[in-house]
Amino acid sequence: MSKRQHISATVNGDPVEFLAEPGATLLDALRDDLGLTGSKEGCGSGDCGACSVILDGRLVCSCLVLAVEAEGRRVETIEGMAEGSKLHPLQQKFLEHAALQCGFCTPGLLVSAKALLDANPDPTETEARYWLAGNLCRCTGYDKIIRAVMDAAAELRQEKV
Amino acid sequence: MSDVLERRDAAPLDDGHLKVVGTRPVRPDGADKVTGKAMYGADLAMPGMVVGKILRSPHAHARIVSIDTRKARALPGVKAIVTAADFPDLASEEFEAGESAGNLRDLSQNVMARHVVLYDGHAVAAVAATSSSIADEALALIVVDYEVLPHVTEVEAAMSPDAPVLHAHMFTQGLAVTPDKPSNIAKRNELTRGDLAAAFAEADVTVEGRYTTAAVHQGYIEPHACVASYAADGQCQVWSSSQGQFMIRTYCAKVLNLESSNIRVTPAEIGGGFGGKTTVYLEPVALALSRQCGHPVKMVMTRDEVFRASGPTSAGVMTVKLGAKADGTITAADVVLKFQAGAFEGSPVGAGSMTALACYDIPNFSIVGYDVVTNTPKVAAYRAPGAPISAFAVETAMDELAAKLGMDPLALREKNAVRDGMKASYGPVFKNIGYVETLEAIRSHPHYTAPLGPNQGRGLAVGFWFNIGGESTAAVNINEDGTAVVISGNPDIGGSRASMAMMAAEVLGLPVEKVRPIVADTASIGFSMLTGGSRTTFATGMAVTQASQKIVEDLKRRAAMLMDVSVDQVDWVDGVAVCRDASKGKADLSLAHIAEKSGQTGGPIGAQVSLNAQGAGPGFGVHLCDVEVDPETGHVTVLRYTAAQDVGKAIHPAYVEGQIQGGVAQGVGWALNEEYIFDRTGHMENAGFLDYRVPVASDLPMIDSILVEVANPRHPFGAKGVGEVPIVPPLAAVGNAVSAAIGKRLTDLPMAPPKIRAAIDAG
Amino acid sequence: MSNVEFIAPTSPEQAAKALLAGGPGARPLGGGTDLLVQLRSGRLPAGLIVDLKRIPEAIGIRQDGGAFVIGASTPGITLSEHKALGLAWPGVVEATNLIGSTQVQGRASMAGNLCNASPAADSVPALVAARATCLIVGPDGRRTATVESIAVAPGKTSLAPGEFVLEIRLPARPGRSGDAYLRSIPRTEMDIAVVGAGVNLTLDAAGVITEAHVALGAVGPTVILATAAAAALVGTKADEAALANLDAAARAACNPISDKRGTAEFRTKIAGVLARRAATIAYGRAEKR
Repeated sequence: MSKRQHISATVNGDPVEFLAEPGATLLDALRDDLGLTGSKEGCGSGDCGACSVILDGRLVCSCLVLAVEAEGRRVETIEGMAEGSKLHPLQQKFLEHAALQCGFCTPGLLVSAKALLDANPDPTETEARYWLAGNLCRCTGYDKIIRAVMDAAAELRQEKV
Repeated sequence: MSDVLERRDAAPLDDGHLKVVGTRPVRPDGADKVTGKAMYGADLAMPGMVVGKILRSPHAHARIVSIDTRKARALPGVKAIVTAADFPDLASEEFEAGESAGNLRDLSQNVMARHVVLYDGHAVAAVAATSSSIADEALALIVVDYEVLPHVTEVEAAMSPDAPVLHAHMFTQGLAVTPDKPSNIAKRNELTRGDLAAAFAEADVTVEGRYTTAAVHQGYIEPHACVASYAADGQCQVWSSSQGQFMIRTYCAKVLNLESSNIRVTPAEIGGGFGGKTTVYLEPVALALSRQCGHPVKMVMTRDEVFRASGPTSAGVMTVKLGAKADGTITAADVVLKFQAGAFEGSPVGAGSMTALACYDIPNFSIVGYDVVTNTPKVAAYRAPGAPISAFAVETAMDELAAKLGMDPLALREKNAVRDGMKASYGPVFKNIGYVETLEAIRSHPHYTAPLGPNQGRGLAVGFWFNIGGESTAAVNINEDGTAVVISGNPDIGGSRASMAMMAAEVLGLPVEKVRPIVADTASIGFSMLTGGSRTTFATGMAVTQASQKIVEDLKRRAAMLMDVSVDQVDWVDGVAVCRDASKGKADLSLAHIAEKSGQTGGPIGAQVSLNAQGAGPGFGVHLCDVEVDPETGHVTVLRYTAAQDVGKAIHPAYVEGQIQGGVAQGVGWALNEEYIFDRTGHMENAGFLDYRVPVASDLPMIDSILVEVANPRHPFGAKGVGEVPIVPPLAAVGNAVSAAIGKRLTDLPMAPPKIRAAIDAG
Repeated sequence: MSNVEFIAPTSPEQAAKALLAGGPGARPLGGGTDLLVQLRSGRLPAGLIVDLKRIPEAIGIRQDGGAFVIGASTPGITLSEHKALGLAWPGVVEATNLIGSTQVQGRASMAGNLCNASPAADSVPALVAARATCLIVGPDGRRTATVESIAVAPGKTSLAPGEFVLEIRLPARPGRSGDAYLRSIPRTEMDIAVVGAGVNLTLDAAGVITEAHVALGAVGPTVILATAAAAALVGTKADEAALANLDAAARAACNPISDKRGTAEFRTKIAGVLARRAATIAYGRAEKR
């Protein structure tokens, strides 16, 4: 077995260090080494989006990133989305719109939706649907998720005014 | 969004002035789920925990000649290895467990193959090791000598007399003459009424067709996962994601021959199930590994394993013949259903048969079903098991009949609709059903008359599901500050904690945020059947309501003591004890006050109710779908979807709408793109979310859900099960829309672009 | 993936050396969206992963005269954010952006898409139609090759041991040029192309096509540069008759298989449809530019 490598990175603003097998994914490191189990593994092949995180400002599937690639990088996960116990407007809108049922895809969807609104504060419904197409949800039929995202976008635009 | 259209007979506790039930509060488990704190099956870590993994058959059908684990055992870091030899060799024994009836021998042999592997992905051995990578290496070191046998994956091929036989002990049941040769047809069932031949002879119009559906997976995003720990004294702990902690306990006890008192199962949050988590795959294996090595063992399936070795539901081959009078009165129906069971018997063809004609009042019919084993994964329950498959056939035939009669498809359904007092095709007499109201909801919806453009088509289909009640336990405890805790034994798969808290809050007269619900482990609450069959809000909700009512009675008794009046003088009004006789000048007593003084009135306040709920009201759905087909590429765009359903009473309307929208999305996937694809060797070719194509956000429009509320008076608030009905109509609603758009009748699912383009080109 | 080794060199020469030393199991890592999936599924043997993302030239987009030079590991999303590239080569950018989800776009690169050597790679027909070239670095130095020379069979490239693609170069182009890429997938997103078609056109002042390139994906073992299909357009204004000829020529160029994603018959028909539609879009773009 290959030797583990020492990795230093920033996760949700905090410096972290961990040892990673060269074949381990960033998702493995987040979940198993750093105890951040909010990012989920639904497929391990980048097809479901449940492991979505933001890596150096880019939305990625953490199952398609090697843990060793995180050396010196910034990672943002679902655990960093709320400020203390104050939920991000997206999180709040997901609750208000009943945009989750089992909740397993929810962390990944929220991280993706945040990346969407960071890049495009005023998306159309179609833009939101295509942006979020990499996040599978099997419970909701997406209806309430899209409504929650659009509503959060409107609220965030209001806050900026 | 939804409109509430109907209010017929009120339920016992629905006085028209409900304060909590029918509102849309934030779910009590929501904050944890939007912040990543909620603990699912794979999220738990234990001190000393090791990793368990399964070696799976690469063959669809083979005899296991030998399994050599010596090299794997010698690998440093390997802690345990099990094969079928480490499990009791169970005899054939039928069991009943709500929706998931089966045979214990089959269950055990599906968990770990014994002597023979019956599908690609069948478990043959398992290892536990100190790391995931060591476990992988160990699996690669296990040498299994297989003698490959001929296999069969298609249902009709498996029924052929010269097909390779999966089980030498299987002789078709349900035949007039007991066969003398084993067969892959496990069972034939039959439902009949009237004189079919005479009815067809008298019919003015008949239609006849053959319809097929592919095997599809439930597609929950969370793979199966558990942690199991076996202590030296035989006491076991299991943490797992499932639709029923008691189901897990029972199955582990049976498969490993353990006592239930020695198994404590704690339900993790469940990341979707849809019926697919109503059985065990990993838990007994994890316990067997833990028993061998003494460490807690964590097992998590990969997505590949989920597809190859769990779920799916049956592929089906159906024929339907309908006969009708010129005015649209259906006089005869002949339905034959052949359902793929997978490696072991137990397809949902029984339910498929019972639901096939349940929406219709037809005097003469025959429904024959075949349960057929194949070298594919053993099917598991999937949302209204069997009903979508038979509904696809019947509702497509209905569309053809409407066309042949020159009749509006909705009018044809109305003409032949079942109503209260009619005997259902599957036996009982309907009471308090809201089918006609649901048809009316679609007829009066603007979607029904909206214009269509070129290459667009509209499809209508209806669907039925029984819904069940069954055994549940719930406890309600009042805290010393007057808040409450609701404890139940049903995993919350889609928001049931919210509805439990709401029903308790309604009865207690508390704001819902003062009632906190939990889902307890098997040692902390009484037995409850699993979350399935659309039973939880109905049956467990009934237990919660009754426990809350007991508490209200107790609170009135205690208030009477504190007021020093007789108990019949006390009313419970909005969470406050009020003395009826104002002249006595007694101050009202709040729940908080009574709780604070509970020491003076008999001690802690709490109640538990265990019941076997009867009278679950069946549900009906009517769906309308518009599609546009690109005639050159065969690509289908779902433009608009409206689903009306009789839900009895929506306890939390947003989550009821969510059930409908989710069911529709799954049904659209089933109709258009989802399917198990096997290569010539019986290997699944698309065991991943790349090529097993579930709908993504950009594939769907908003899904308009109409909640029709025809109360079920057997439930305190009128609720009917809602989770399963919505997946029944979409297959045909989409299919009928596609057929209308291209002007050709399509009869085979999935209706993927190559099939549609080929149909268009067929001229 | 337990026996994988990983290094992240900072110069192309170090990378080439490491790839050569790593033997047949050594793989360059661009975005990793194919590589990691293949390693995990066992389709590729575990070996040495050479991350190219710490090599400065491998990341980013440079303009060189009228040409665009795109670093091998530049993620797709960076292309979509580059205004000038999007104006010059909208078809290439669209094609690249069709690869996978938003998440995959945050990682997946054109060079990775190319060197994965899948006949269904979305960016490749657009690159081939664009007459793009690649800069290849290897143990013996640097060389340039056409994009269509890279893949030689499904999963196989013409790259020698130690060689990897460092840059992709989109040539300078005259005014009144336009390109487009379309694909057919069962869903609206997240699928592998069942058929793909890239078309790149240049018009004269009168709107007559003076140069045309048509490339088809997923209808043969490698992306097909359909010269007869392109010839059907040259000298026309992409009128109905020309498009019909293009459709027929595109279909004639196909040599597909039937598999889980589509039948050979379907693929062939759709190749004609998509070539026609892409040509119409490319023509409209060329007129406006």
